[in-house]
This record gives sequence, C-alpha cells and structure tokens, in this order.
Amino acid sequence: MTPSSEQQSTSGQPLPSLTGGVGGGSLFTTFFRIGLFTIGGGYAMIPLIEAKIVDEKQWISREELLDLMAVAQSCPGIFAVNIAIFIGYKLRGIGGALMSTLGCILPSFLIILAIALFFRQFQDNVWVARAFRGIRPCVVALIAAPTFKMAKTAKIGWTNVWIPVLGAFLIWMFGVSPIWVIVAAGLGGYMYGKLISLAPDSSQKDEGSTNSQESVNSIKPH
Amino acid sequence: MIYVQLFYTFFLIGLFGFGGGYAMISMIQGEVVTNHHWMSMGEFTDIVAVSQMTPGPIGINSATYVGYTSVVNAGGAHWMGILGSATATFAVVLPSFILMLLISKFLMQYKNHPIVEHVFTGLRPAVVGLLAAACLLLMTPENFSTPSESPWQFWISIAIFVLTLVACQVYKMNPIRVLLFCALVGILLL
Repeated sequence: MTPSSEQQSTSGQPLPSLTGGVGGGSLFTTFFRIGLFTIGGGYAMIPLIEAKIVDEKQWISREELLDLMAVAQSCPGIFAVNIAIFIGYKLRGIGGALMSTLGCILPSFLIILAIALFFRQFQDNVWVARAFRGIRPCVVALIAAPTFKMAKTAKIGWTNVWIPVLGAFLIWMFGVSPIWVIVAAGLGGYMYGKLISLAPDSSQKDEGSTNSQESVNSIKPH
Repeated sequence: MIYVQLFYTFFLIGLFGFGGGYAMISMIQGEVVTNHHWMSMGEFTDIVAVSQMTPGPIGINSATYVGYTSVVNAGGAHWMGILGSATATFAVVLPSFILMLLISKFLMQYKNHPIVEHVFTGLRPAVVGLLAAACLLLMTPENFSTPSESPWQFWISIAIFVLTLVACQVYKMNPIRVLLFCALVGILLL
C-alpha cells in the first residue's frame, strides 16, 4: 500500500470550494487514512486532521477545529470518533457522519482482529518495539506542532494567555480532568456574555476582536 | 447471552466514558475483568499494551480486542469472536454517535448566537491549554528514555522530537510521512 499514490488520486480531483461537493467515499478514505496513522491516543489525530482536512482539503477552518475539539472533549465517548462524526455530519449530513465514523474505526478494527487471530505475540516482537521507540517521540512533537498554530487561531495575547497556561498546568501537575477545564472556560465565557449584556451602553453590538480578548480576561474572578 | 451483555456493557462505557481513552480503559477493566470475569487481569493488561501500540483510538482498539477475547474465552469459535468484536465496537460508538449528531445539529444552527459565541471565546484558549497538556503528559521516560538509563535512546529520541518539529513547522511535511520515517529510524537505530 502506498499512501502517496493514493493521495494523488484523491487530491487530484478538483475539489469545489463549497462543501456540498464532498463525496461520502472521499470522507471514508480520508478518515480511514487518518485512523490508520493515529498512534498514541486521540490527540495524535489532531496534526493529521490539521494537515489533511484543514490545510489540504479545507473542509473546516482551524477555528472550527478548535471549537470542535472543545465539544468532542466534553462529550462522552471516544475523542477521535467524536471529531469524525462532527466533520462527516457538517459535510454530508447523517450519511456523511456514518462514512467518516466507519472510516475512522475500520483500520483499528481490522488491525486488532488480525493481531488477535494471527499475531498474538505482537507486543513482544523486537522489530515492532524498535519502530515504536522511534514513533513515540515523533508523536509528542506532532502534537506539539499544532499547539502554536492553534494559539494564533484562538487569538491568544497578553490578556488571555493565562487561560491555556493555567489549564495545561492544572491538567499536567494536578491531574485535573480536561473536562473541568472545558466546563470552567465555557462558563467563564458565558458569564462574560451576561456581564456585557447588562452593561448600559450600546457598545455591545460592535464588539470586535479587541473586546473579545478583554472578555476572556474578565473571566478570571469566577 | 454474551453478545447482549457485551453490547450493554460497551454501550454504558461509551455513554459514560468521559475523559479520553485512558479513563475508558479503567472502566472497561472494572466491567470486563472484575464484574463479568470474561478474562484475567493478565490478558487485559496485554490487550491494553496492544491497544496503545496499534494505530487507532485506544478506546476502539480495546473494545475490539475485548469483544473478541471475551467470546473466545467463553468457548466461541473464531468467527463468533469476530462478531463479538463488531458488537463491542458498535456499542461503544453508538451513544456518542447519537449525542454528537444532536450537538452538531444544534451547534450549526446556533453558531452565531451571542451566547454560543461567548462560550466559545472562553473555550478556544482553554483547548490550546489541553493540547499543551497532552504534549507535556507524553514527555515521559517511557517515551524518551533517560540519559542515565539509555543515553543512546534518549539523545536519538530528542533528535527525533526536534527534527519532527522542524519538519512540520518549517518544511510543512506531511505528518504521516514523518511518522513512517521515524518508525524506520527506530528500526535502524533503536
């Protein structure tokens, strides 16, 4: 199987800029490839989605991916599958969600069955172990890379940089579940929305990017 | 009947499995090993190891493997085990499939509602923090080794880490190509 030749056949077709033209088959093969190379947990899927779906196919924007990650994280179930469901649904409705989910799951399913049936000593194999010693540090770097681009997309500046820093610190040092970080951040955003709607002046209509940075800052008291 | 039990168990795990693959694994262990005695703790540990090493989400991998092993341990033939895999995998995905469809529909409809916009203004920076945390949590001796334990593996790992960052950030290389290349480096050098 050669990923490069397959890649040409899918990306060779002219993709309409409107998402209405995305075929179910294209959704399936894209997520099949992503599922096949997601090694080391759901977050390892992010760099692959970023490269394939945001940058190359432009099915969703980087900002949408950020929003989607927050939603997928706060939903029960498997993070990577939740992301596949949303993207499939957005592009092709329920049928699209089915295709992307199936594509995302099928590689795991087939590989695990092959191991269970024919290759029980998989985890003791010397070559497999060696390959994984090379893959693991690579996966960590692959997850680190989109963090910086996402920071730009999330419009992180001096006023709101404390949110990701505090969130990462709580999760990393104190083992706080990411869900609580998401819930707190969402509540904070909601509270601020309430606050500015109570403000007497009419400036709430034209709140642009400068105000939204302030808004994030004023979450702090909660 | 074991298929019904498998379906029910994994449906519940999919419904209440918050917090990613590892949180799910402890739920699966509680149900499959402690509650139902479908397999021994040793067998389950092997399944977790394989699930972490193979491509795909850890939750899907372990559901597929547990479904197969449970049925075969109960005296089923191989094809019955495959059916067990399909049952467990389908069941673990079903709750989030339904929930995510509802949420997607809601979000696409109210995307521009001021409340939704404000909530996401708070969420976006937090998600960047989650990504950073995921990265920090993976910087372990298990993934990188240590200078005292194996200096060779440690420095090669650091080199792989730095080169991957450069390849992705500066040269915009495809992550899949980088992964395959690093696997080859591992086979040759580690």
